[in-house]
Amino acid sequence: MAAEYQTFEHDVLVIGAGGAGLRAAIEASAGGVKVGVVSKSLLGKAHTVMAEGGMAASMGNVDDRDNWRVHFSDTMRGGQYLNNPRMAELHAKDAPARVRELEAWGALFDRTKDGRILQRNFGGHRYPRLAHVGDRTGLEMIRTLQDHGIHQGIDFHMECTIITLLLDAGRVVGAFGYDRERGRYQLYHAKAVVLATGGIGRAYKITSNSWEYTGDGMSLAYHAGATLLGMEFVQFHPTGMIWPPSVRGILVTEGVRGDGGVLLNNQGKRFMFDDIPANYKNQTADTPDEGWRYTQGDKNARRPPELLTRDHVARCIVREVREGRGSPHGGVFLDISWIKEKLPNAAEHIKKKLPSMYHQFKQLGDVDITQAPMEVGPTMHYMMGGVRVDADTQMSDVPGLFAAGECGAGLHGANRLGGNSLSDLVVFGKRAGEFAAKFAKEHAAGSVDRAQVDEVARQSIEPFERQGESPYQVQYDLQDLMQNLVGIVRRQEELERALEGIAKLKVRAGQVGVSGNREYNPGWHTALDLPNLLTVSEAVARAGLERKESRGAHFRDDYPDKDPAYGTFNFVISKARDGAMRVDREPLPPMTEEQKQIIEEMK
Amino acid sequence: MSTATFRIWRGDSSGGQFRDYTTEISDGMVVLDAVHHIQAAHANDLAVRWNCKAGKCGSCSAEINGMPKLMCMTRLNTLPLDQPITVQPMKTFPLIKDLVTDVSWNYKVKLGIKKLKTRKPDAPDGTWRMAQADIDRPQEFRKCIECFLCQDVCHVLRDHQLFDEFIGPRFLIYAAQLEMNPIDTEDRVPDLRKKHGIGYCNITKCCTKVCPESITITDNAIIPLKERVVDRYFDPVAKLFRAFGAK
Repeated sequence: MAAEYQTFEHDVLVIGAGGAGLRAAIEASAGGVKVGVVSKSLLGKAHTVMAEGGMAASMGNVDDRDNWRVHFSDTMRGGQYLNNPRMAELHAKDAPARVRELEAWGALFDRTKDGRILQRNFGGHRYPRLAHVGDRTGLEMIRTLQDHGIHQGIDFHMECTIITLLLDAGRVVGAFGYDRERGRYQLYHAKAVVLATGGIGRAYKITSNSWEYTGDGMSLAYHAGATLLGMEFVQFHPTGMIWPPSVRGILVTEGVRGDGGVLLNNQGKRFMFDDIPANYKNQTADTPDEGWRYTQGDKNARRPPELLTRDHVARCIVREVREGRGSPHGGVFLDISWIKEKLPNAAEHIKKKLPSMYHQFKQLGDVDITQAPMEVGPTMHYMMGGVRVDADTQMSDVPGLFAAGECGAGLHGANRLGGNSLSDLVVFGKRAGEFAAKFAKEHAAGSVDRAQVDEVARQSIEPFERQGESPYQVQYDLQDLMQNLVGIVRRQEELERALEGIAKLKVRAGQVGVSGNREYNPGWHTALDLPNLLTVSEAVARAGLERKESRGAHFRDDYPDKDPAYGTFNFVISKARDGAMRVDREPLPPMTEEQKQIIEEMK
Repeated sequence: MSTATFRIWRGDSSGGQFRDYTTEISDGMVVLDAVHHIQAAHANDLAVRWNCKAGKCGSCSAEINGMPKLMCMTRLNTLPLDQPITVQPMKTFPLIKDLVTDVSWNYKVKLGIKKLKTRKPDAPDGTWRMAQADIDRPQEFRKCIECFLCQDVCHVLRDHQLFDEFIGPRFLIYAAQLEMNPIDTEDRVPDLRKKHGIGYCNITKCCTKVCPESITITDNAIIPLKERVVDRYFDPVAKLFRAFGAK
């Protein structure tokens, strides 16, 4: 039976309307082509809105020793040198211009005394580098891009989900999906497609991510023949809320630590001083007093150990809890209220610097953070891995298919520094938009395979025709599995069990049933998200199994040390001819002489 | 574990009714958690918008026991659980299904407000200098998460349905943050008076009361904008000044 659908014609189709998607759409539109944006949520609700701390850009407004070279070297060190060096360089060089451009489009960042954009300290950044607005920088970014974007002649398709990409002789020619409100099919015909769908948080039980994060872009790209890179590197943010249960996972910004917050165990000890990695020793404070002075802008002080990279801080928290020094609900204490010993008006200061955190704890956790410590623990936060792209153009292995933001990969290596995501979104969102527009201008529209569309449509409504189990149950079981077996600490036997479990869940996902009709039916939507979640979960487990060492966000209990042999390549994942998922090793892109020199100088 | 009953609106534009669902509740739960439990266990197709579950995205707006609120920020321990908790969609906007309404009107209204028009940059590198004190106010308005609860509660829209004549509190603060942005040079006062219908607001402050971001919508945004309109069009002294010099 032929499926009925509406058809839309665009030169460039952007899938996702967070920071990367909107920036890509704005740039593509500026390139003079017709642009459409598809988003699962309403405009301005994407997960970018949740970003708190800020966007990293070496403008040097607060410390003029900062420049792109330092930012580049910080990013590479944080990523344990598995990053694509060209991306890290472009990112460090382009970020300041992207921040200033947001200001010209209406963003109002917090200011320095002389009226320039204020920058704050963050983990792994040598100098205060994050342009910010209190602790709601993501909201400022998405609103600015949204309010600018709506005047650029872009077509927005809100609350629509893409089920598959359409190919013509190996090149992407559009996408097929449905509108969530009415459940009607939609065919988007396009000369180039930009994936900007974010990460995979919903594969985990405890996550800071929203429901939208089901790995759609990575899964769509994989099934279209693109390569995925670095999928074993899943970032657990060290500080998520843990109590009460209903808020478990909600993010507590690193800005709390940047502004002087300290981590304590149940004995009141600042345990982060106990384990400082060798490659950060030179940059880390020796005493609590030096750490405090750093947070208050003393240029001669080094940063406190609470501001070590996220992977390390998260593991230290897990260690404290495992060894019986955790807080009552299985985390540790994060205390900013102690700064009243140092500052007059500390309570007002905290409310001004961290308004959302104050609000969030007060309203959801009955804790006044100006008076008492917060209880925090790791929460799945970010996916370093994703679609492998060309550093300059962001095009994947599939001609015409681009990826930017969290959905793309390469910039962050084995671990992302806080603040490097918001800058990633706009730096590479812009590049993806620019080159997608260029590609669209250079290529004629491809043709759509109607038989493929009909088949996808037919499969998508099968859950209505079955009396199967609830799709929510399959999703919950996957989240439990990933949390327990492919979480922050991993081992061989557990990863193998995870793969067996995922195979079984795939069978169950193919048998789920849903009730009701196609109008705004979250049960049906969940059923259609499951294949994407399962694809990316399998990729994480397979890559994790292969990396028999501990590096960055990937920690193996059975191989607890870094192995230099694993420092020369990345694991890449692709779909084999027989449909199976294959893992290969791919040598790291070579560094230029200049890049090598920068890294040597800043060791 | 104790239980609570939620009386949730089920239906679409053609009609519907309240349905009671009883679910287990635990420490710290918010209304959105209960709705999700019900969705997973009893009503897979129950339609509800949500994203961040932390009061930052403004997706899960609804009327809880008659009060416009974010479901993700409404703790169950603030509600009388000995009787059913009513959860219904925002009344001001057309219903799509269950708790989901068609808020597209808001997106159209924003397009009709003149966008930022910047003055020349202050520094040779193309940047501006702004004092923190000068942006404190517009930053307050930029905290808006576009939950549209203020639009929902505003009687000009809710009761009088003046959607073609009045942009509502959300977009008055949107206009205010543009007007108060130190680098903006656009003039929105004529539009505020006519096209945006600021005169319809009779400062009952219902919008301020329901704002989950505690933005002082009426006092800090709408009244100053009203003053600008009055100064321009209705102040006889200012009129004289304009007529006879004072260039």
